[in-house]
Amino acid sequence: MKPVILWSDALLFILLAAMITFIVNIIRNNQSRERWSRVFHSRLGMSCFLIILTYIVIGVLDSLHFRKAVEPVEGQEQTEVYYSSHINSVLDLMLGEMGEEKEKTYSAPFSLKSYSKENMQDEQGNTYRAYASLKHAGKHLESPDDKPLDIVLQSFQALLMGLLISALLIAPHSYWMTGKNGIYPWKTAYVTLTIIICLLSWMIHISSLYHILGTDKAGNDVLYQCLKGIRTAMLIGTLATLIMMPIAISLGIAAGYFKGWVDDIIQYLYTTLSSIPGLLLIAASALLFQIWIDLNPDYFATGLEKGDAKFIGLCFILGVTSWATLCRLLRAETLKISQLDYVQAAHAFGVSHARIITKHILPNVTHIILIIFVLDFSGLVLAEAVLAYIGVGVDSSMHSWGNMISAGSAELSRVPAVWWNLAGAFTLMFVLVLAANLFSDLVNDAFNPKTRLEAA
Amino acid sequence: MLAYIIRRLIYAIPILMGVNLITFLLFFVVNTPDDMARAQLGDKYVTGEAIELWKETNGYHQPLFFNDKEEGLTALTETIFFNKSISLFTFDFGQSESGRDITSDVSQRVWPSVMFALPTLLIGLWVNICIALLVVMFRNTGLEKAFVISFVGLMSVSYLFYIIGGQYLVTRLWNLVPVSGFQTGLDSFRFLVLPVAIGVIAGTGAGARLYRTLFLEEADQDYARTARAKGVSEVTVLFRHILPNAMIPILTNIVIVIPMLFMGSLVMESFFGIPGLGSYMIDALKSQDFAIVRTMVFIGSVLYIIGLIATDISYTLVDPRVRLN
Repeated sequence: MKPVILWSDALLFILLAAMITFIVNIIRNNQSRERWSRVFHSRLGMSCFLIILTYIVIGVLDSLHFRKAVEPVEGQEQTEVYYSSHINSVLDLMLGEMGEEKEKTYSAPFSLKSYSKENMQDEQGNTYRAYASLKHAGKHLESPDDKPLDIVLQSFQALLMGLLISALLIAPHSYWMTGKNGIYPWKTAYVTLTIIICLLSWMIHISSLYHILGTDKAGNDVLYQCLKGIRTAMLIGTLATLIMMPIAISLGIAAGYFKGWVDDIIQYLYTTLSSIPGLLLIAASALLFQIWIDLNPDYFATGLEKGDAKFIGLCFILGVTSWATLCRLLRAETLKISQLDYVQAAHAFGVSHARIITKHILPNVTHIILIIFVLDFSGLVLAEAVLAYIGVGVDSSMHSWGNMISAGSAELSRVPAVWWNLAGAFTLMFVLVLAANLFSDLVNDAFNPKTRLEAA
Repeated sequence: MLAYIIRRLIYAIPILMGVNLITFLLFFVVNTPDDMARAQLGDKYVTGEAIELWKETNGYHQPLFFNDKEEGLTALTETIFFNKSISLFTFDFGQSESGRDITSDVSQRVWPSVMFALPTLLIGLWVNICIALLVVMFRNTGLEKAFVISFVGLMSVSYLFYIIGGQYLVTRLWNLVPVSGFQTGLDSFRFLVLPVAIGVIAGTGAGARLYRTLFLEEADQDYARTARAKGVSEVTVLFRHILPNAMIPILTNIVIVIPMLFMGSLVMESFFGIPGLGSYMIDALKSQDFAIVRTMVFIGSVLYIIGLIATDISYTLVDPRVRLN
């Protein structure tokens, strides 16, 4: 095995490292720890966090890429190890054969037969048309009639396994917690965790026997594609904001702090940018970036790298076009803060600009940055689907919910309707966005001074 | 007042110049005229002369910003930037890459867009206000919490899901209205009713949630409490006292949207085959017709700036305390 690090992987790991340092900082700092604990006091906040965490873990597992070593041909002496040109991730390993079990074309969820008829020959050599059996569904069954019972039994088995795993995880923690007067809703956390683990265990077990969400036009497992889409969604939701932040923070604080002509120029910049219709600007820039990639094919070695470059380009465009809102908010807040006594006192003592900004202003605007980060996330995940429909979304070599949806909207008009592509992508997307939205509401309540005063 | 409006209009000029410069940089520096010529002529058998000829006939043969062959002011005017971008200010949009007159296309397509967007806005506003008032009436109860969570739920559903799901359910399963298309006159009702309904439902989550917070801010003000104390019923307090006061922020939020109605909806129009400006833009993006995209970006920015100015003016109209200077 040979590890491969794509550009987006590297950015993801940087982001992860930043998040971990951020969390460490929160735990060290009393004030912010108290605020964050407010988010986790609520049962809703706890379960939303666990759901988002599951998505993050799946996304990270899917970002650990490697290339498999090719088995040496028998009888040949091999001096050098060759690697497959196909890039896999750790998630592929965990899901077993799910990604490689290809059928011929569509098949409905839990179906044993293919979606369309094909020519077959009976024993006498006569040709007839019938629905072909799937290659990778229900192979262990003796007759197709056993299917419903088998699904129930296998589900039962998988759920038991899930319960066992979650019991093993939860028991030590609850033992450790006994006697301690915890303020956090641990019971909710246990229930959520158990449900998530049971669901995952059911999914992994059953998908090795059936296609839970059927297969798509090219015969790929839909559930597998949905799961692969998680990484794309997580990356788009976070990378774009990450790219936008340095621009917004530096310009916003500079405008509010230095005032005068600096303020004029920065205000002019963001008014100009925000007066261009957002979706149109994004679509046009993404299209031009696509053209640029097509004109310079020499820069990219493999198809996946090209898709990756296009993806980062898209994140970059989303980031560069969306810094105006945060910049405006930060400018207003900095204007307010720089009038306060302690900043004036720092000026009087001759403290340098850089030091005032990093020590006095930046720590007092972090709540705005945080709220925007969480708020933007769900919007970006939803935007990806719309961009894919317009035709400027993620490259087709990457799995993404947007691509599945825009392909699926045409498949719905087939007879019988092919609905499972859409259903899978929409469900996973809905759960993620709902959890993120509810969580961001709680973060907003905990950190926004205005709502905090009302609650008190 | 008039002086204020004139000053705002003068401020708008550098912003529009900036918009023009950004779109120009996007379209001509990343995608040079040579590339455009190659894309339009097709990849095979493209000779240098063919490219030059295409550039000559389409007016892309001049330098980008500065023409050093000319003298004086013409060194700046005989350039692509001047001819293609500055001419937008005179609302001379020229021709699309496929040779159609953009101005007449735009003026034709703007009406279907408005016919779809205006009812969506008005009905949506009415529905959202009604729901929000209902929720405020039941404030501090379990019902309110259930409503608020369902608002967040509605917001979390992808916009595409409403469109695809609604279209499938109503047109294919129930066969109530045509799948897509458009007709002028009274017949347009059959084609517009579904997209408008979907637009309203898709906007309910975010809209009702916003209006709820606005109404809640007013619900505990002194004047509302006084009205309740003298025995006015809760319904009357809501409709006679709270609603008019909360209308100020609502209306000023709406004013900025009104000019954008002319731009149409990118996704909705192309799904339902409404021949408006939204589907015009999608088609232009898909066929990489940059003359149209550039024009639409410019029109969009102009409308946005008009919206901003109109918002400021509307403040003075609905709230006599605000003075513009």
